Amino acid sequence: MGELAVELRDVVKEFSDSEQIREVVAAVNHVSLQIHDGEFFSLLGPSGCGKTTSLRMIAGFELPTSGDVLIQGKPMGRTPPFQRPVNTVFQNYALFPHMTIGQNVAFGLEMKGVPKAEIGPRVQEALAMVRLPGYDKRKPRQLSGGQQQRVALARALVNRPAVLLLDEPLGALDLKLRKEMQLELKTLQREVGITFIYVTHDQEEALTMSDRIAVMNRGKVLQVGNSSDIYETPNCRFVADFIGEMNFIKGIIQAQAGRSATVGLDGGLTVHARCEQSIAAGTEISVAVRPEKMNIDSSAKMDNEFQGRVVSIVYIGTDTHYGIRLAGDQLVRVREQNNTPGSRPLASEGAEVKVSFAAEAARVLTA
Amino acid sequence: MLKRLREHKSLQGTLLVSPALLWMIALLIIPLILVVITSFGQRDPDGNVIYGFSFDNYVRLTGTTDTCQNLGDYLNGAWQMIIGSEARTCFDPLYVQILWRSVLIAIETTALVIVMGYPLAYFVARAPIKRRSTLLFLILIPLWTNFVIRVYAWIRILRAFDILYTPGAVLIGMIYEFLPFMILPMYTSLEKIDPSLYEASADLGANSLRTFLRVTLPLSMPGVVAGTILVFVPVMGTFVVSDILGGKQFVLIGNLIQSQFLSARDPTFGSAASILLMVMTLIVMIFYTRKFGFGEEVIVG
Repeated sequence: MGELAVELRDVVKEFSDSEQIREVVAAVNHVSLQIHDGEFFSLLGPSGCGKTTSLRMIAGFELPTSGDVLIQGKPMGRTPPFQRPVNTVFQNYALFPHMTIGQNVAFGLEMKGVPKAEIGPRVQEALAMVRLPGYDKRKPRQLSGGQQQRVALARALVNRPAVLLLDEPLGALDLKLRKEMQLELKTLQREVGITFIYVTHDQEEALTMSDRIAVMNRGKVLQVGNSSDIYETPNCRFVADFIGEMNFIKGIIQAQAGRSATVGLDGGLTVHARCEQSIAAGTEISVAVRPEKMNIDSSAKMDNEFQGRVVSIVYIGTDTHYGIRLAGDQLVRVREQNNTPGSRPLASEGAEVKVSFAAEAARVLTA
Repeated sequence: MLKRLREHKSLQGTLLVSPALLWMIALLIIPLILVVITSFGQRDPDGNVIYGFSFDNYVRLTGTTDTCQNLGDYLNGAWQMIIGSEARTCFDPLYVQILWRSVLIAIETTALVIVMGYPLAYFVARAPIKRRSTLLFLILIPLWTNFVIRVYAWIRILRAFDILYTPGAVLIGMIYEFLPFMILPMYTSLEKIDPSLYEASADLGANSLRTFLRVTLPLSMPGVVAGTILVFVPVMGTFVVSDILGGKQFVLIGNLIQSQFLSARDPTFGSAASILLMVMTLIVMIFYTRKFGFGEEVIVG
């Protein structure tokens, strides 16, 4: 993990709308990233956040307006895509429709000038790796979406690139196949040991597969960390909201002692929460608590305990979601696991309940 | 009646096809049969057709003259012509030359139109979507003016360069006339190519030239083939361009047919020439489409 596979140094990419030259949009705005050798690294964010543009700059399809892209320590400058040691798996696979599967997979090797005698076995090996042996004579249109996806993967991996770039490769597949491919991709990545840079807008997908994730929004990287960092300790409201479910409770800082803060809520309530930065008393903030970290009518003594009324109950099988209105009119969602045989709802609609959670589970987030 | 129609798909098909079919039978199939019949007839001194069954008109087209005794004489005469000997016995090169010239100019026109049209079609296909329709519009604008007027306009231009009434003048006129018919089908197939295929090709290590040869060109072949058919066939038969820009010496098979029907008043020989033109075009097209298909193959997607 010592070596850097890819590094972005203060990269900016501006697109000027060709119709109105004056309007310049920064798709990527001063992004710096360090991606280690052998890592499964995800760029996660909503559409238009700059994740695909960042990937395309690594591939060489776009050139940065300013800043540097380095691959294996070498600045890429204006190096065209065909001279970069990376390969891409495209969102729509981009298989050559006029070539057979075998010709598609062999394309990169032929372009590199690999001896003919070597190409055949390597193509077979790559097709076997993606579990499509014997498909080399078929045309792409004869294959299903999942199979085409695997061919695209084989076509890229057969070249043994330093870095494999994947642009929402599972986006077009149905849910079940997608879950299967997620695990397959992860296993494959471990086997081949190639650095994967994976672009997705699906937070679950990113959490499942990645060694590290960069969460992006509006052209900026907000947080970089492994799955649990991102989920457990989001550093801003956007990340907290984008990854998983989150309750945000508005409040005002009353006092702060180290990393622990006391926050005043509407209705005269106070809540104890973790606070990573020092914030002046009187500042308006949000307290973020995950629904599954809250408990209903728990006998354990917690730092934060509130009375509330159940306003909605949604049973979803593994869990039951409760909508609870607290005394200060704050609406929170609480998630209770149905982990006992024949689980029954903990409360009925309209019931008065106690909601409790640890101060460690609550985080103060500005903005 | 209506109920039967609703239930029978084949009857619906017949009904849908029949207007065009009747039109084709009345105005294409029947006249064509008449042309075939006429071509085997003879012209009497007054210019009327005497129907019969004689290959004389076809024999005349091959350049065989009265002095021919057998096939050997004919081939010898043809050979004398080819090596440029003046001792032309038993061979009249006039019609063979016309045929050869027609085929040659059709091939030249098609080839040059492909070479000139392809980059343009590519440029339009890769232009931003909003600009494409404007560019296509510009390509089509010349077609709004009458064909004959446009060719007449070339007289002044070509005279200024002192090349009027030369084979080159006809070639220029043909290219000008048929370029849009090549650009449009080529544009259609180029435009259908998913741009991510170019990126995939570059990503896999192909430079621009190799991407063109391995991806762009094969995927745009249907358009090139369709354009070739749209250009080659009409150029083979056209007579207006050569008539106006080629002068009296530059006769194509189209001009020959026209003059036989109008000024020479020999519809039998004109018919034979027409049939020969059709057969030759058919042979070239069969040969060509065997190799490249009809340009109908949808290989994208």
